[in-house]
Amino acid sequence: MDLMTILQVLDSTVRLATPLLLACLAGLFSERAGIIDIGLEGKMLASAFFAAAIAYMSGNVWIGALAGVGSSLLLSAIHGLASITYRGNQIISGLAITMLAQGMTVLIAQDWFSQGGRTPSLVGQARFEPITLPFAEALAPVPVIGPIYHELISGHSALVYVAFLMVPVTWWILFRTRFGLRLRAVGENPAAVDTAGVSVIWLRYAAVLICGVLCGLAGAYLATGLQAGFVKDMTAGRGYIALAALIFAKWRPWYALYACLLFGLLQAVAVRYQNIDLGAFVLPVQFMDALPYILTVVILAGFVGKATPPRAIGQHYVKER
Amino acid sequence: MTFRHKFLGTAATLALTAGAALAEPALIYDLGGKFDKSFNEAAFNGAQRWAEETGGSYREIELQSEAQREQALRRFAEAGSNPVVTTGFAIASAIEEVAPDYPDTKFVNIDGFLPEIPENVQMISFQEHQGSYLVGMMAAMASESGTVGFIGGMDVPLIRHFGCGYAQGVKSVDEDIEIIANMTGTTPAAWNDPVKGSELAKAQVSQGADVIYAAAGGTGVGVLQTAADEDILSIGVDSNQNHLHPGKVLTSMLKRVDVAVYNAMKAGEDLATGTSQVLGLAEEGVGVAMDENNEALVSDEMMAAVQEARQKIIDGEIDVVSYYANDSCPVLNF
Repeated sequence: MDLMTILQVLDSTVRLATPLLLACLAGLFSERAGIIDIGLEGKMLASAFFAAAIAYMSGNVWIGALAGVGSSLLLSAIHGLASITYRGNQIISGLAITMLAQGMTVLIAQDWFSQGGRTPSLVGQARFEPITLPFAEALAPVPVIGPIYHELISGHSALVYVAFLMVPVTWWILFRTRFGLRLRAVGENPAAVDTAGVSVIWLRYAAVLICGVLCGLAGAYLATGLQAGFVKDMTAGRGYIALAALIFAKWRPWYALYACLLFGLLQAVAVRYQNIDLGAFVLPVQFMDALPYILTVVILAGFVGKATPPRAIGQHYVKER
Repeated sequence: MTFRHKFLGTAATLALTAGAALAEPALIYDLGGKFDKSFNEAAFNGAQRWAEETGGSYREIELQSEAQREQALRRFAEAGSNPVVTTGFAIASAIEEVAPDYPDTKFVNIDGFLPEIPENVQMISFQEHQGSYLVGMMAAMASESGTVGFIGGMDVPLIRHFGCGYAQGVKSVDEDIEIIANMTGTTPAAWNDPVKGSELAKAQVSQGADVIYAAAGGTGVGVLQTAADEDILSIGVDSNQNHLHPGKVLTSMLKRVDVAVYNAMKAGEDLATGTSQVLGLAEEGVGVAMDENNEALVSDEMMAAVQEARQKIIDGEIDVVSYYANDSCPVLNF
């Protein structure tokens, strides 16, 4: 295996990990504030559709991305309303949002474009074009560093860099700001936060809405960065893998990055090599596809340290009983 | 469609069936969805043609999950639809289960296989390996890098059957051409994951492939898109997909699901059942798509070679080995 092959696999890893990472950080904000969100998949899907549809109509990918984020925010607000204000079951609400998105996207797409629940293919400015970083061409001939910079770091679409930047930003917000402290506290012990005179409801809404923005970016990246248009159910379970990554990462931003990169790498290897010949036996591609789930189960079973969720996760807060 | 048309059409059908209860045919699409630009869409086009020509109407449903298969079959049979046409191999076992309960209803399945065909069922299958063989030849002749790719949808024998025919076609042109074959996944989600299709295509391009054949339903949309972006050639499947990226799609392996559906609906209650029908090159059931979008890509030499091979396959001079024959492919390991 030469350097070029490794770089190509890693390049593919970055592309595959980006939507997972954005969705995983989205879930992190929500769950750290005590709101379970299994509707990540649905929000990504809705955003993917509106990003592609509006990008197609306006011809500008950024307006599309904005529309995608908007649709995801709307679904987040519904989730907030159901699970915070009306204290409904958070799992059911999340599931309902996913089902709503799966049905509505296809229905609206059929009504707008009559292409069988898909958007027309995007061209030109309606797609995120790869960004070539400064000096990428000049550095390319330099051994080792050149190809790494040119192939791996440069040449992704803007949202990839946004996603990776979101990791330190998330860490800083959660662990270095007053808002972050309160947000974490509301997921551990909402009564204490309330006693301190801070609104639990407001904090949880803020967390759920941040989750909406990040899910929106993930969906927009799928439809206008990786693909050139929306196709029915195009998220293909990535929202759930992001949830698995979140548990794997024990609800921590940097670990989330590692978990998503690991899951991305597993997918990239599975994509590149159909079956891996280890000499003694052949590792089938199905095993690679299943590994993210297997790893999550292993983590949950407590073999690799303990994954402790925020204490007040899934519980609604009632001021007086 | 005017009322008059509809009325006349209905009257004609009534006259033909001579007093028998008028039954609408029904069509059940597989999980890839009605508008997959490929397999199911071909079925829809066939039904649509029948409806336009006869003025009849038909019922249809897009399955959303595995569990709906039997339910949909029973519901159409209960409602008196006849024949009930289904697409996709996965529904065959549900038909085997349901068919004996509705002896007066005729069921048609495209792509499936049943060891014993019930009396009121017709199984239609295609010689996909023959058509794939021809596009494999074209891929090999169009390739400059000496490497071609194959991307399948869900990893099932049917898709391996496509891949195997393709590989034999490639090797018939030049033994030394390398074939990279990937499957998208092992669940029905693999029919609708264009992102993974794109990623697979990119991986194959980085390994040198410059023609990629996608037999992957909706996932193929991503493959064709990436191929166009990376400026290599792709080959579509089932429906004619040449128009998706004019000048970038070398050809499409046509599988005339539309004709099969049309014929089944046209035969109506006179449909011959209890049998299986195999549509190959000779029956025009499979073939290569040529139109104004790809004529610049296909040389006369290519066309001549394909025509010759086609005739030889029909005459039995070339034997394209079927993957089903012994569940393995002589020239390609999956």
